Amino acid sequence: MLDQFDPDVDPTFVSVDRAALIARLKAVLPADGLLTTSEAMRVYECDGLAAYRGLPGLVAMPNTPEEVTGVLIACAELGVPVVARGAGTGLSGGALPFPGCVLLSLSRLYRILEIDPRGMTARVQPGVRNLAISEAVAPFGLFYAPDPSSQLACSIGGNVAENAGGVHCLKYGLTVHNIQSLEVLTIEGEALTIGGAALDAPGFDLMALMTGSEGLLGVITEVTVKLLPVPVHARVLLAAFADVRHGGEAVAAIIGAGIIPAGLEMMDHLALTAAESHVHAGYPVDAAAILLCELDGAPHDVAAEMERVAVERARFWAGRKGAFPAMGRLAADYYCIDGTIPRRRLPDVLEEIQRMSDAHGLPVANVFHAGDGNLHPLILYDANTPGEMERAEALGGAILELCIAVGGTITGEHGVGREKINQMCVQFSEAEVEAFGGIKAAFDPRGLLNPGKAIPTLARCAEFGAMHVHRGAVPFAHLDRL
Amino acid sequence: MPTSTASSDLAEALAERVRDAERRGGALTIVGGGTKAFYGRPAVGEALDVSGHRGVIAYEPSELVITARAGTPIMEIEALLAQRDQMLAFEPPVFGPASTLGGVIAAGLSGPCRPFTGAVRDFVLGVTVLDGRGRALRFGGTVFKNVAGFDTFRLMAGALGCLGVLLDVSLRVTPRPRSERPLALEMNWSAASAVLDGLMRRPVPLSGAFHADGRLHLRLSGPEEGVARLAAELGGEAETAAIWEALRHMSLPRLRAARLWRVSVPRTADLPERGGDQVMDWAGAQRWLASDEPGAQPRADAAAVGGHATLFRGATGAEAVFTPLAPGLMALHRRLKAALDPAGVFNPGRMYEGL
Repeated sequence: MLDQFDPDVDPTFVSVDRAALIARLKAVLPADGLLTTSEAMRVYECDGLAAYRGLPGLVAMPNTPEEVTGVLIACAELGVPVVARGAGTGLSGGALPFPGCVLLSLSRLYRILEIDPRGMTARVQPGVRNLAISEAVAPFGLFYAPDPSSQLACSIGGNVAENAGGVHCLKYGLTVHNIQSLEVLTIEGEALTIGGAALDAPGFDLMALMTGSEGLLGVITEVTVKLLPVPVHARVLLAAFADVRHGGEAVAAIIGAGIIPAGLEMMDHLALTAAESHVHAGYPVDAAAILLCELDGAPHDVAAEMERVAVERARFWAGRKGAFPAMGRLAADYYCIDGTIPRRRLPDVLEEIQRMSDAHGLPVANVFHAGDGNLHPLILYDANTPGEMERAEALGGAILELCIAVGGTITGEHGVGREKINQMCVQFSEAEVEAFGGIKAAFDPRGLLNPGKAIPTLARCAEFGAMHVHRGAVPFAHLDRL
Repeated sequence: MPTSTASSDLAEALAERVRDAERRGGALTIVGGGTKAFYGRPAVGEALDVSGHRGVIAYEPSELVITARAGTPIMEIEALLAQRDQMLAFEPPVFGPASTLGGVIAAGLSGPCRPFTGAVRDFVLGVTVLDGRGRALRFGGTVFKNVAGFDTFRLMAGALGCLGVLLDVSLRVTPRPRSERPLALEMNWSAASAVLDGLMRRPVPLSGAFHADGRLHLRLSGPEEGVARLAAELGGEAETAAIWEALRHMSLPRLRAARLWRVSVPRTADLPERGGDQVMDWAGAQRWLASDEPGAQPRADAAAVGGHATLFRGATGAEAVFTPLAPGLMALHRRLKAALDPAGVFNPGRMYEGL
């Protein structure tokens, strides 16, 4: 499994004197800021992708940006890899410890530093929870738009590192569209201000580069987010479909009619029946698929758009607004995949996923951010059954390669992390992977920040590529390609 | 779908020019339509004309995405989108029919709707770019949600061609608003700023707000009824769309000044009065200052409130066009440039000296 790092195809580092490292870190951290025992570090052995586990060398828990600087300087001097971690809710193993690393927990930097209601920004530390921002600015009639489903727990620093999306990003954009500036530390401990107080900054758009860089380029110590006025009115429509293809056509028709809903979510039969038994939302369990369409804005405009949407599909009826249901009750374990595809390929892709599900002998429930083409197939398995985890991993990889084959991408919002490191070699050419490596080296020449994640080594691609044909015709030869 | 655009693929010929320049240690100035030749520091090197590499590769209205070669005239793209009631929501300024998609992306200039809908880079979904070794690299794709690899495609927006030659670009497009109503209110900037404070804090259908010559111009865009209600609430005098076109394409008389500063600051910033004609766009976040004064006082004023100033037009001699970067950031820029263009082939010095 990929939680094992392979010295032949992953980065390697010379081992350091642990006692010397502990002494250096103790000098810069508060008394309770360093964990050294396996028992204490156990909680940090995985993130939201719990199937991948490994202990770090040490866990550093600084209270201030200055202490973060101290940790980075010590690690850079000794050549120790550093894995930054926010709330640990990531789903791609991005915060999986690298062997011998210092796991840098930023959860104690949890302060909201400033709210500027007139300028409509908030300046926060990286450990502030996503939802806590919206809660803090609600008295001003404002909110922070990106709302990943883990928003109760996930931190803004992690959101920036992953360029997190959410249910409403079709209308309000991803994290990159909703932040204004970052304070970042390089691995050498050098402070950089990315972006600024204005809507743009001179030079290259480093904000675009830093957002979604998965902890490979720098450590974020402060984020200034943009705030939006809370929509005065939101309503959700629910439509049921006798087959998935019609659901996909309805999505295209809504967008084609010039309506950008705040959210547009689809669930297939397996997902919606499981959700219904869990939350009793009143979903029509005999449908092959349902579509939830949220419209927001001024009441009269919402009413007008509701009418237009209803004209697009006669079978729409008023449903209920609800949080996207938790899916954890479907099976002993589930593995959430995160590809994006062009919307028009949805019916083909769902049929192909069904075929692959049958071939691998594991059921797949489909939850789909339909408006932006972001698929979340949930592979159901039981980790206690020998071999099922490996089969789930293989099926997941095959689904991602299907997404690439139809002109999509291996990750819409969860990040590459450790999980999709091999599929990076399928989506990108050797020259492209090399370019990513060059960008990484421009920030972190020795590759100490979050090694083995997000950007594969050329050696890994050479090995993985031997089994695959890049952009070639081997997998999914029966599907049209872009 | 059929397109109105002539189609021609010069990717391999352009790549060969790049490889040749790299071998010879030469420099190339990337040229699209040449309509923004005035922008940035002086061009150095032989011209690499990308305008022949043109044509729409794919346009899927229901996917809200268009992919076209970089030399495609931007006006042709906008006309094609308009046929399907769609648009480029970043409203780039266009300085002539020759203006190309690649030039629009490389310059990274966003129009009046920037504070309401987003910047150029927010709508770039993917690019194919020639690196400094003449290799075609594809970053991003054609889908909105895509976090595989660094966002190198967004990095190309506003990079002034210093990181590579854009070959093709995939853009997110948006539906045109169902109705649009421009209006103007007589008031000074201080009063206008207070009006904008109130409007920006409400979810209202606004897509433009600028102030010039004692008038606050507002552009209301969106669903009919919401626009009508807001117009009724605001009152003022109805205008035509022409003034917004003039603002967008910078043909307002005040924006034609020989020496023109673009001052990018927080919307709410109070800057000292220095004389000179001003147009406050982006609800105050982008201020155009026509001033014959030599020196860089606007830059110092902007820096004092956390912003920056670009000498958009009229720089003389060795004057810096863009606000100089902090040393750490400048060093990082050089390393990034070296990563993608190790021999320094592309547009050397166009953005900063030594970059």
